[in-house]
Amino acid sequence: MGTLAVLERALVSYKRLWQASVFSSFILPVLFVISIGIGVGGYVGDVDGVSYLDWIVPGVLASTAFQMAVGESTFPVLGDFKWVKGYHAMRATPVGIGDMVAGYQLYIAFRVIIASVVFLGVSAAFGAIHSPWVVVTPFVCALLGVAVSAPTSAFSASIENDSYFALLFRFVVIPSTLFAGVFFPVSQLPALLRPLAYASPLWHAVELCRSATLGVAPPWPAVAHVAYLLLWAVLGALLAVRAFRRRLSD
Amino acid sequence: MIYARGLVKRFGEFTAVDGIDLEVAPGEAFGFLGPNGAGKSSTMRMIGCVSRPTAGELRILDMDPVREGPAIRGRLGVCPQTDNLDPDLTVFENLTTYARYFGIPRPEARRRAAELLEFVQLTEKSGSTVDPLSGGMKRRLSIARAMINEPDLVLLDEPTTGLDPQARHLLWERLFRLKQRGVTLVLTTHYMDEAEQLCDRLVVMDAGKIVAEGSPRHLIETHSTREVVELRFGDEPPAAYVEKLAGIGQRLDPLPDRLLLYSDDGDGAVDEVHRRGFTPSSVLVRRATLEDVFLILTGRTLVD
Repeated sequence: MGTLAVLERALVSYKRLWQASVFSSFILPVLFVISIGIGVGGYVGDVDGVSYLDWIVPGVLASTAFQMAVGESTFPVLGDFKWVKGYHAMRATPVGIGDMVAGYQLYIAFRVIIASVVFLGVSAAFGAIHSPWVVVTPFVCALLGVAVSAPTSAFSASIENDSYFALLFRFVVIPSTLFAGVFFPVSQLPALLRPLAYASPLWHAVELCRSATLGVAPPWPAVAHVAYLLLWAVLGALLAVRAFRRRLSD
Repeated sequence: MIYARGLVKRFGEFTAVDGIDLEVAPGEAFGFLGPNGAGKSSTMRMIGCVSRPTAGELRILDMDPVREGPAIRGRLGVCPQTDNLDPDLTVFENLTTYARYFGIPRPEARRRAAELLEFVQLTEKSGSTVDPLSGGMKRRLSIARAMINEPDLVLLDEPTTGLDPQARHLLWERLFRLKQRGVTLVLTTHYMDEAEQLCDRLVVMDAGKIVAEGSPRHLIETHSTREVVELRFGDEPPAAYVEKLAGIGQRLDPLPDRLLLYSDDGDGAVDEVHRRGFTPSSVLVRRATLEDVFLILTGRTLVD
């Protein structure tokens, strides 16, 4: 009950800006598909036996979800502790700390699913979808969203100063996006660096989405990819609950 | 409603609340009066079940705040010291989303929100976002929000700090109406006029301790004289007159800018000052207030 109330609050806030956000989640993939998929793809040719456009679409899908999930759990979460004090307002009610974390993660999952569906619509128009398995990708992206948003929320709840976010983006988000198999296969990386890609939740989601849109088997058993993402989601949520509790008690 | 014995709150080495005893009865308007840093807000946070007591016994609505926090919070209305309204939401949505935290069904939430906006005179602002509202309007919205769950006990932490006089009076009038409806109010303030206006009973806090307790009238009668004479002198600092005026009234308190002379007969005391051959540059005879009580008890003024 408390969890849904927290979700509802986030959704009521979102209602005010949903048009802008849906527009940007529509325009961004179009730009990506045209510039990288078609432009760069014209030079690259085929990757793993499919056109570069088809190959890159699931990667960009997952990395868009990744960036949205991280972004939505940085400033909005810190702001709700530091400036808006929305969590302090909740704390004065029967809403529990677990509700605060779970409600916001549901909101992240919702946002990611909406953005994924819009993205898939655009990709389908460019003929980049080749398998009915595509229907699972919004849920893979939602799981990825929670897997990264939960630990990011924990981080945001632990800091006082928003300048840490610049470090987070520079040293975690951007490298992950560049080296997690979004734009080129991880096999191109030096063997030493590959484990870093395997450690990133993004890579697992990228591979799951790619196998779903292309209709091929993922590099690891699908269950293993999902389990890894679930592990991040669960550990992240536990960390977030701990960080929220510390911040809200004295 | 509230029962505390030997209640203590420490933050590391610092003792914010140093063993206080309290009892608040249903329907009462109870106040914590004291300067900033007296321990009022720490006490309120413990009563609001968001801060654990370090030691002592605390019962809220006959429940244990540590084990039964959510159940207690469900029956409290909290108006925090700094507004934590949702700036992106409308005035109306601020109330309805908050209502959901208490599990109030949506239609009921909308009904109560409309009714409470009427009560705090914000109906015409219903569709506006919070940001453009004045400080007084935000405070009234916070109070309306605190009432959304029809609480048994309303906690108000410095409800009128930072508001202009007109906004304060409107707020006091609304709080007085709540009190008339039988809502139990607990508030903190460092304004003695606020305490006098609203509280049936109050405790004076200083440095984490309760230094006096009773109704405003009782506190004034017990600790102060009926009247206070404020004397200002043009030539010498007020402290220089303490000796010269010794024996007039019951007590003399030199402040930086004026001398306070406590006497049950203010005019008589002024006559005596003149008879001794002193001519103050200004003389004000007034009723004693809680400010005087605080000064007598702690040697300091409430608002520094």
